[in-house]
Amino acid sequence: MITLTIDGKEVSVPAGSTILDAAKKLNLKIPTLCYLELEKIHYKNQVASCRVCVVEVEGRRNLAPACATPVAPGMKVITNSKRVLSARRKNLELIISNHPFTCLTCLKSTECELQTMAWEYDVQVKYPNGERMRHKKDHSSAALFRDPDKCIMCRRCETMCNEVQTVGALTAFGRGFNTIVAPAEKNLIVDSPCVYCGQCVTVCPTGALIGHSYINQVWNALFDDTKKVVVQVAPAVRVALGEEFGYPAGEIVTGKMVAGLRKLGFDAVFDTTFGADLTIIEEGTEIIERVTKNENLPILTSCCPGWINFIRYYYPSLEYMPSTTKSPQQMTGAIIKSYYAEKMGWDPKNIVVVSIMPCIAKKYEASLPNQESYGVRDVDYSLTTRELAKILKEGSVDLRYIEEEDFDSPLGESTGAGIIFGATGGVLEAALRSVYELVTKKTLENVDFVALRGLDGAHEAVVDLGDRKIRVAAVSGLGNARKILDKVVSGEEVFDVIEIMACPGGCINGGGQPYAKDRDVVLQKRMESLYKIDREDKLRKSHENPEVIALYKNYLGEPGGHKAHDLLHVENFEASVMSEWEHF
Amino acid sequence: MTTRIKNFEQLKQKYEEYKSLVEVRADLDYDGDQKFILVCGGTGCVSSKSLQIVENFQNLIKEHGLENKVRASISGCFGFCEKGPIVKVFPENVFYVQVTPNDAKEIFEKHIMNDQVVDRLLYVEPVSQKSMHDSLEMPFYRRQMRVALRHCGLIDPEIIEEYIGVGGYQSLAKVITQMTPEEAIEIMKQSGLGGRGGAGFSTGRKWEFGRMYQSDRKFVICNADEGDPGAFMDRSIMEGDAHTVVEGMAIAAYCIGANQGYVYIRAEYPLAVKRLQIAIDEARELGLLGKNILGTDFSFDVDIRLGAGAFVCGEETALIQSIQGNRGEPTTKPPFPAEKGLWQQPTVVNNVETLANVPVIFDKGPEWFANIGTEKSKGTKVFALAGKVNNVGLVEVPMGTTLRQLIFEIGGGVRDNRKFKAAQSGGPSGGLIPEQFLDTPIDYQSLGQIGSMMGSGGMIVMSDTDCMVNIARFYVEFIVDESCGRCVPCRVGTKRMLEILTDITKGKGTLEMLDELQSLAETIKDTALCGLGQTAPNPVLSSLRYFMDEYKAHVVEKRCPAGVCTELLHYEINPEKCIGCTACARACPVSCISGAPKQAHVIDQEKCIKCGNCLQKCRFGAVIRK
Repeated sequence: MITLTIDGKEVSVPAGSTILDAAKKLNLKIPTLCYLELEKIHYKNQVASCRVCVVEVEGRRNLAPACATPVAPGMKVITNSKRVLSARRKNLELIISNHPFTCLTCLKSTECELQTMAWEYDVQVKYPNGERMRHKKDHSSAALFRDPDKCIMCRRCETMCNEVQTVGALTAFGRGFNTIVAPAEKNLIVDSPCVYCGQCVTVCPTGALIGHSYINQVWNALFDDTKKVVVQVAPAVRVALGEEFGYPAGEIVTGKMVAGLRKLGFDAVFDTTFGADLTIIEEGTEIIERVTKNENLPILTSCCPGWINFIRYYYPSLEYMPSTTKSPQQMTGAIIKSYYAEKMGWDPKNIVVVSIMPCIAKKYEASLPNQESYGVRDVDYSLTTRELAKILKEGSVDLRYIEEEDFDSPLGESTGAGIIFGATGGVLEAALRSVYELVTKKTLENVDFVALRGLDGAHEAVVDLGDRKIRVAAVSGLGNARKILDKVVSGEEVFDVIEIMACPGGCINGGGQPYAKDRDVVLQKRMESLYKIDREDKLRKSHENPEVIALYKNYLGEPGGHKAHDLLHVENFEASVMSEWEHF
Repeated sequence: MTTRIKNFEQLKQKYEEYKSLVEVRADLDYDGDQKFILVCGGTGCVSSKSLQIVENFQNLIKEHGLENKVRASISGCFGFCEKGPIVKVFPENVFYVQVTPNDAKEIFEKHIMNDQVVDRLLYVEPVSQKSMHDSLEMPFYRRQMRVALRHCGLIDPEIIEEYIGVGGYQSLAKVITQMTPEEAIEIMKQSGLGGRGGAGFSTGRKWEFGRMYQSDRKFVICNADEGDPGAFMDRSIMEGDAHTVVEGMAIAAYCIGANQGYVYIRAEYPLAVKRLQIAIDEARELGLLGKNILGTDFSFDVDIRLGAGAFVCGEETALIQSIQGNRGEPTTKPPFPAEKGLWQQPTVVNNVETLANVPVIFDKGPEWFANIGTEKSKGTKVFALAGKVNNVGLVEVPMGTTLRQLIFEIGGGVRDNRKFKAAQSGGPSGGLIPEQFLDTPIDYQSLGQIGSMMGSGGMIVMSDTDCMVNIARFYVEFIVDESCGRCVPCRVGTKRMLEILTDITKGKGTLEMLDELQSLAETIKDTALCGLGQTAPNPVLSSLRYFMDEYKAHVVEKRCPAGVCTELLHYEINPEKCIGCTACARACPVSCISGAPKQAHVIDQEKCIKCGNCLQKCRFGAVIRK
């Protein structure tokens, strides 16, 4: 342990700690802007580039960045002298002198860390005639919007993309004043290996990286008398939406959320969790088939579009591995425009399906050419949880004061298995609950596969299916996906089923979720709430969902059958992703 | 010669053998009948056709069948670049200046064949008007003490035998066969050698740290990126004596326990790269680099890594990133490279000139070295003297030599008899030193105290025709171009300093801007991540400190006292002297001068672009520039 003094107070911390670590222990707030550590997902951005956290250290000629300076025995630190405060303010003035003054209409306003800091530290406008960097805005993708003029070069996105996600779509480019974080050669994001996982969006302190907004398109649809507008909501949304209305992290607001959506004027409010159960039936069928034949293993989940992009770019030889099922979002949309449309007597061409997702990659997935059935898009617009909060507020909904309501039938019933899709390991667990019973013909007494749960990257288990044991694994975060796939390719490890989620921790940590100040804590709470809903649900296995059973009985026929394949599977994996890369 | 030298004994034998190659040049008591013609092979003289001069001499030698008696070759930089190309004839020790390829014939026929000195090619000292043939008489050389440059102007850098013939690689042999690394490090510490890249940190202590951190994979890096504008000390050492750098690196490697070295050299130095590669290849061939050097357990090899046009890669941590294939961005220190450097392994990074001093310390002993210089700054320092000085060139003086001695004795004073205004040491990281500090001794501490720094050795002399505001602006502009862009104060702050300085030079400055400039410069110095940003404000802060009057003239009077800032210049026609010859009006590119013939002319100030043509054309002194 090393003992040092900060602002006259003594503190002891382990060797290797930084001044910032020591200050945290004393509950001293040293402001940081570029520094970010997310322990649970092994993310640390420690580039010391903003120089806002500088402090005085006795005996050191210049100011030291608290986030990156290791402590030494007897060190004497001052965090609030005139010298420190003036340096801090001056660096903030420099940052904002190179930043657009478009706060009033910026999508990140009120959640922008630079904006907050400028206000907290009384920063003034200086150098009004100074040069400002001018970069092109990047609207090229359906999911991610880049506004490089707002970049403060904190490098958080670069660290996330390169070190945690190991995708490598972003890098610093150029030198000096014109340096910018961008894809290589300052290409458009669409011409880069970006998978649209949106993790960069979750760490960007300003509005430089943000999801594309489709709020206006949704309003237009809602106000269009000729259209029937139907909404579906993902599992991970209901345990996070409340945070946008002042509720504590993980608050379960399902009923209020449904009521709010209904008030906005949607013709039907469905639950994507229904689609999750449906996915389990189809994917479970595929799992059983491949496992029984011992062919094309391991089978990999395919509901995460960010992950599917990743396998396509980096492991094209493994393209046969993911299951051919569509994601719950797409399945729900397909069923709405076929089964439900028939039931209601609606022309599918006049139906607009909106999905609320914790994710920005779903915007991209919805736009893919092959995500359609009988010539009609499965999902028209995908909004994030954050966009939902905005559109509710615009529509005069205050979640705190609205009465709870239920989802509509026949796509509103869900089981606990579907709900846990939102957390890493959930898809796999849900699949196992059904696969086990279908294969062994026995009842699964203990449905909790606890070994597969947890926010840290990779879990595995061996499941006894009676006549055979299967090895299963669940990983989240693309860096972990890479690790496990490398082992599969090299033969070092053998698995039968692997669930892969692009976002570390799963969908609860998606690129579209509310920004969380203390992410490790918030994710834990969201995750616990999902498992609570599961625990308290009387139905906990997907194949017990009565509405799903009815769907097959009345409409689809056999799981994995002809109609199911038309609506719920991607025929040609080739065409399912990366259509934008076809011109290469 | 391609036989490996197997041990120290053999090296000594080779020394005895190759001594004769250099004795005509090196031995002051030489009394034989051989002659040697040395021609400067540094980049400056090469670009003035010095290689042609050598070729001409070699052809003449062949023509006259004198191969047994006369030899001619290139050598490293003699230093007196102002008077290049330089040719020196031994053993008479005659120093010829400004030689052209055509002069070779005359020198050969008169001097080589008839022992007649060619007077017209001798140096003439401007004040006494005396012509001198012995460089030691020249004011340029009298105060110099060439230690790092000891072999430049003596041996052919592309022939390893000559290097061995002057005792080369014996220091390495002594260290690896007779000393422990700890003993060798102790000697380095005793010598007091400090980093010549500019910081002056004790080399011995740095090697001690390098040794202290445990790893089975350590590195020695030679920083040959030399980015300061106008600096060419390291370039000259590498062009003229690459072997001494290789030997220095090998000794460093032995001391810290490294087996691999890299020379990171800027790609803009093709001749230095070539000579360095030749030296490495030759050393490898003789077994002085590679496995089990001189029959010991010590193995060491060196590879070259080219820079790619980034000044910031001269900063050691950015340099390390560049070698690793990453963006050349500095990283936070601590941890220092001695602890975690290249590939996170203990790494010692030393400057070229620092390494050039190492073999000599082991040859002549640390006390000899420590006796040169001042109490806290030992040894000598190479300076690239440039700017408005008469004797532009490369000089090496003991630490403690004063600026006055350097500029006025060695440098021959300010060019064109103009008044001295300031000296800039340390390139864009250094400060402006005004007249009142001319008697400051040149050492790390004294220069630091007056707001400048030693830097790598660039010394630019400025006269009253230089505008200090514009000089500050020039250096900041360079920094803005070269900033890596990682940290806010340097990426944005230097840009803002440049904008303010540019406004001031264009007559748009205000007094508030001066206050802002001062506080901005202080913040950048206090918070920038690396040395580039931390020292970028030095020219600004020192010019504000010592030349505030000049700033105020620009800001308040909108006047540039040195007559440099064009926007602040003001051309007028004195009606009493103007005879209306219309010459100025006809010369004006924007036709802003009006007036009938034989009538006094007038310049339209709104249209005037301050080109100065009118001033040049007027034969009656009627055009005044204010």
